Amino acid sequence: MASATVNAGEAIAGKTGDKRVDALARTEGRRDRRALRRLAQHKSAAIGFGIIVVLIVLALAASFIVPYDPIGLSRNVLQPPSRDHVMGTDNLGRDIFSRVLYGTRISLQMGFIAIAIAATVGTTMGVVAGAYGGLVDNVLMRFIDALMAVPGILLALTVAAVLGAGLYTAMVAVGIAWIPSFARIVRSLVLQVKEMPYIEAARSLGSNDSRLIWRHVLPNALTPVLVLSSLGVGSAILIGAALSFLGVGAQPPTAEWGIMLSEGRQFMRSAWWVMAFPGLAITVTVLAANLVGDGLRDALDPRIKL
Amino acid sequence: MATRYIAGRVLAVVPVLFIVSVVVSLMVHLTPGDPVKVMMGQSGASAEEIEQIRAQLGLDQPLPVQYVRFLKDLATGDLRSIRTHQPVVQQYLELFPNTLQLAVVSLLVAIVIGMLLGVVAATHQNSWLDSFSMAVGFLGVSIPNFWLALVLIYVFAVSLNWLPATGAGGPKLLILPATVLAMEQVALIARLIRANMVEVLQEDYIKTARSKGLRERSVQWGHALRNAMLPTITLMGLNFGYLLSGAIIVETVFARPGIGRLIVDAILNKDFPVVQGAVLLTATVYLFVNLLTDISYSLIDPRIRY
Repeated sequence: MASATVNAGEAIAGKTGDKRVDALARTEGRRDRRALRRLAQHKSAAIGFGIIVVLIVLALAASFIVPYDPIGLSRNVLQPPSRDHVMGTDNLGRDIFSRVLYGTRISLQMGFIAIAIAATVGTTMGVVAGAYGGLVDNVLMRFIDALMAVPGILLALTVAAVLGAGLYTAMVAVGIAWIPSFARIVRSLVLQVKEMPYIEAARSLGSNDSRLIWRHVLPNALTPVLVLSSLGVGSAILIGAALSFLGVGAQPPTAEWGIMLSEGRQFMRSAWWVMAFPGLAITVTVLAANLVGDGLRDALDPRIKL
Repeated sequence: MATRYIAGRVLAVVPVLFIVSVVVSLMVHLTPGDPVKVMMGQSGASAEEIEQIRAQLGLDQPLPVQYVRFLKDLATGDLRSIRTHQPVVQQYLELFPNTLQLAVVSLLVAIVIGMLLGVVAATHQNSWLDSFSMAVGFLGVSIPNFWLALVLIYVFAVSLNWLPATGAGGPKLLILPATVLAMEQVALIARLIRANMVEVLQEDYIKTARSKGLRERSVQWGHALRNAMLPTITLMGLNFGYLLSGAIIVETVFARPGIGRLIVDAILNKDFPVVQGAVLLTATVYLFVNLLTDISYSLIDPRIRY
């Protein structure tokens, strides 16, 4: 754990003014920049990142770009792609391009909010379990095991069923399904860091538990949590769309990709475009998120195998 | 030593199963509002009927009593659907072979394709073949399985009319669902095989095999692949849960009877006894598959003990 040694270095340097430790901290700064450069050179990650940025801009500007109201009905039902409707219209005469564009908002929100929930709760659980050990650790980890015993989408489906169908409960449901991954990885990191000599050094210099956690443990957990988050966003978008597709996520007439697919499948025979574009949109978004996650992992910490 | 290890692993499942069963048995109480009213939905049940169902489900009793009663009902077959009044366990056991068949066939498809891509990528490292194989893998994890299912139905059932689209029965009906379910696994298996093979190909015994004058193909497929397989076995065991998850969606899209569809229908109908029974049974199956994977892994490679 190179970064761990350096945080120790910073901690000790701050108090003793040890030149060598300062030097060590500077080396680490260079290493961070090197990681950034590695990320920039990672071609597929750069492409993924570019796509995500474009999608975020499109999501933010959707209301200025869309040619039609995404939930506005019209007489032009099931029109094939044309100049007026670049992606055609659905069975209610709604413009598919406008709906796909608005759907970007919902899917990105789904990805980011669900993972933010999972990262916050999971990291907290991992820190508490790892730092306190003993009974606390045991009870928390058995809960995590219990969550993991119900595989991903089934867990999300069950939570959504209990809380009631809806976009926001679906976000919570997807978030809960991702908690175990964060809790486990953070806990194992805390256990590793706990054994480091610099923790003992900091403790003997009078650091209390919360200072130790905030100054020394959490900074070490940042990289893996970041990598796991970026890898999680894609999967969260997928599960979120699946929940809506199955009817327990966002509800019609919301312009959401999963809903568009579940509505479009009935018209597959006569109107391929109704289900082609929302599916393509999900694939591109998830692919981009996965490319970024993969690149981040390679650049920041090639040793993490997730 | 081995027996002690196995006994320990088996015992570790007990508390996890306990937590899952407690949460599942009491989950109706986590719904916002009156669970019985939620279950009856819009069907306009009278106050009397609601009380009757409340008593039937034992929701008016203390929580520990409800827990014991839930387990007893599950064991004796008294846990029944509130819609069809069929015993949940019996329904689950009747449908389980369907889902298992789908999971096993798709796992075989995934292993064959994944291994092929992985070995090709590893033996042609950094060539276009490598990039191509990994790109196929990336697409596999990014494409939503419900959309892939719709696309395959459109191409092979609707347009070309080669294969039947939905339902259950002969092997022909298994081709499309199994392919869809396999895609996610393909990516994971290919990447893992590639990573491990790249490492194994550096080993001294590979040099030995080559210097003996063995043909390259038998070095690659015989010596290297066999040694790269081990981590893949664990992955496949752990991924059984993903297969079950995936089956939930695949069964729904292809209208295949199975536990996935049983659960989705139950969730959409707010049929809580079915959801409870099916989730608990699925978690149990999953926990034991993981257990078997761990144990078989430790038997194959005695160096490994967690």
